[in-house]
Amino acid sequence: MPTESDLSVSALAPGKNDADLAPTPDPAAQPHTRRPRRTPLTWLRGGGLSNLTFALPLLIIFGTFSWWPIMRAIVMAFQHTNLVNPATFVGWENFQFVLTDPLLPTAIKNTLYFALLALLFGYPIPLVAAVLMSEVKKLKGFFSVLAYLPVVVPPVIAVLLWKFFYDGSDTGVFNTMLGWIGLGPYPWLQSQTMAMPSLVLQATWAGAGATVIIYLAALISVPPELYDAADVDGAGVWRKVWHVTMPQLRGILFITLILQIIGTAQVFLEPYLFTSGGPANSTTTILLMIYNYAFGRSVGGDYGAATALSVLLAIFLAIFSAVYFKLTNSWSKS
Amino acid sequence: MTATRSLDAPVTNSDAGLTLDRSQLAGQRRAAKRRIKSGQPEGTDRGILSDSDRRRPGIRVGMGAVNVVLFVVLVIACVGPIFLLFKFAITPTQDILRTPMELFPNGIAWDNVTKAWNDVHVSRYFLNTIIMAGGSWATQIIVATSGGYMLSVLKPRYAKYINGAVMATLFVPGVVLLVPLYLTVLNPPLLSSSLINSFWAVWLPAGASAFNIVLMTRFFDNLPREIFEAARVDGAGPFRLFWSIVLPMSKPILGVVSVFAIIAAWKDFLWPMLVLKDPNIQPLSVRLPNLEATTDLGVFLAALAISTIIPIALFLVFQRLFLSGAGLGGAVKG
Repeated sequence: MPTESDLSVSALAPGKNDADLAPTPDPAAQPHTRRPRRTPLTWLRGGGLSNLTFALPLLIIFGTFSWWPIMRAIVMAFQHTNLVNPATFVGWENFQFVLTDPLLPTAIKNTLYFALLALLFGYPIPLVAAVLMSEVKKLKGFFSVLAYLPVVVPPVIAVLLWKFFYDGSDTGVFNTMLGWIGLGPYPWLQSQTMAMPSLVLQATWAGAGATVIIYLAALISVPPELYDAADVDGAGVWRKVWHVTMPQLRGILFITLILQIIGTAQVFLEPYLFTSGGPANSTTTILLMIYNYAFGRSVGGDYGAATALSVLLAIFLAIFSAVYFKLTNSWSKS
Repeated sequence: MTATRSLDAPVTNSDAGLTLDRSQLAGQRRAAKRRIKSGQPEGTDRGILSDSDRRRPGIRVGMGAVNVVLFVVLVIACVGPIFLLFKFAITPTQDILRTPMELFPNGIAWDNVTKAWNDVHVSRYFLNTIIMAGGSWATQIIVATSGGYMLSVLKPRYAKYINGAVMATLFVPGVVLLVPLYLTVLNPPLLSSSLINSFWAVWLPAGASAFNIVLMTRFFDNLPREIFEAARVDGAGPFRLFWSIVLPMSKPILGVVSVFAIIAAWKDFLWPMLVLKDPNIQPLSVRLPNLEATTDLGVFLAALAISTIIPIALFLVFQRLFLSGAGLGGAVKG
């Protein structure tokens, strides 16, 4: 992508950047000279070595810890790997094993349930909070700090703290508070029906602040002229919210929705630390299954199955996002 | 810039969220407004409510109520659990178990904190966390600044391929990397020994953050090219240009990346748990779940509170970086 600044630089320092332009001969730029041959020497003179020096940390780190493992994942999904024997190709066996695992339907159901609850709890609350907060003039900064505070608590600490709050006895923190208004005591994490909502409640607490800040940033960039025009047309507060604010936020709302879905599809920390998937597998998610295939205490070591399932999840998410963006794109245009 | 902007293009209709320099943005908007609303004195920033709206008694009462409700809800929901954590940290275990919501019926147990720090060795895990965060920070800064400089300023011919390869990793969910990355660290290329149980296993993969590269490249793209040209004319080589011109001009973005790097390292759980097996080098986030079962409840909660102090302090000191960075994250991730 040669931008205009790039070209002007090469015009100013011809010795440095001529080599860069050499392989795509541009008759307009160099009409009279013979085409300069690219040799190691011209490469060196053109700053090739220093370019490479600056590229090196990125290439080494990304190569070793990102690109190589990604490619390896695709290969490993078709292999049996157990660290003792050399890896052997087994075709679709890993996928077959994973897809016929009796736990998989439960894990999919639980993950969907988590995502659904997270949407119900976590999607409207930040939006309402952000719209209200953006109209509060003096205390907006203070409120943003308060809202963001849970986000900076390290997730492990937040989960362990809430695990203690969720204590099922009648002297648990939440049960004591609910006792004041005559409710409970509830079993929270010990009950199959309440465990998942409890997890989602904590996840929403930990994550909502970040979304609020994103919405606040988006609300600032709504052009004030639109509100002025709506005022002139005699629109009331609700109509301005509904017909000006919401359409202006549509883009960012679509993005936060898909990000939240992708995030909740990979939920691991909450089920792992709160319940380890229990009671009776009622909080086992797909990521917990992947973890257990590879690193679990009882099974463990089945790296092929773990990679196969994670590749399947990634493919599903990719297709889902592609369809999602296709759909929302056409809605945005209409 | 082009590759990343095209990601946002279909869904966002304004570039406002992408611009790094917020004050400049606000200035432009104010100027635009002044042009449009010239003559009207009440032309400062406005949201949904106009100034005449705000003078109506119904809305004035309503906004007062919104203020109070937001304040109460945010304090109880966001600050409440954190406040309780610090309260329990200095409450005797017996009182926590019997009457969790009463305010120190049998005095304050300061020794919870000293016990956690000394007997439970929180001091050591604290130090481990700092070492882990510091190293991850260094790798991320080195890779992001040198890589961003190469991609944005030096622009060798292969830059667009590298940029594409880095961008592609943004679309790969982290779960796919988990197992192959673990095996890579277990048996790293070109190294004879495994990186398991060494901080390098956390430090090096931390550098492979495409998000950092995006932030850096975008910031460097917005730096004025004239200064680079002037420096080149004055005889500055690429290294001098990087060290004496580009880095000093990039303090704001270095701040954002640094704060996020440190907080992310502090939050990280799954990866350190997999690669740091030796309890003596484990960070707080990995160690605390293991302490839960074996430690006195009051002391355990004191350990949680100690672990929360640094992230919260960082947040309160660098509020602006966090809050603008969070908005930035939402805009870039799409």
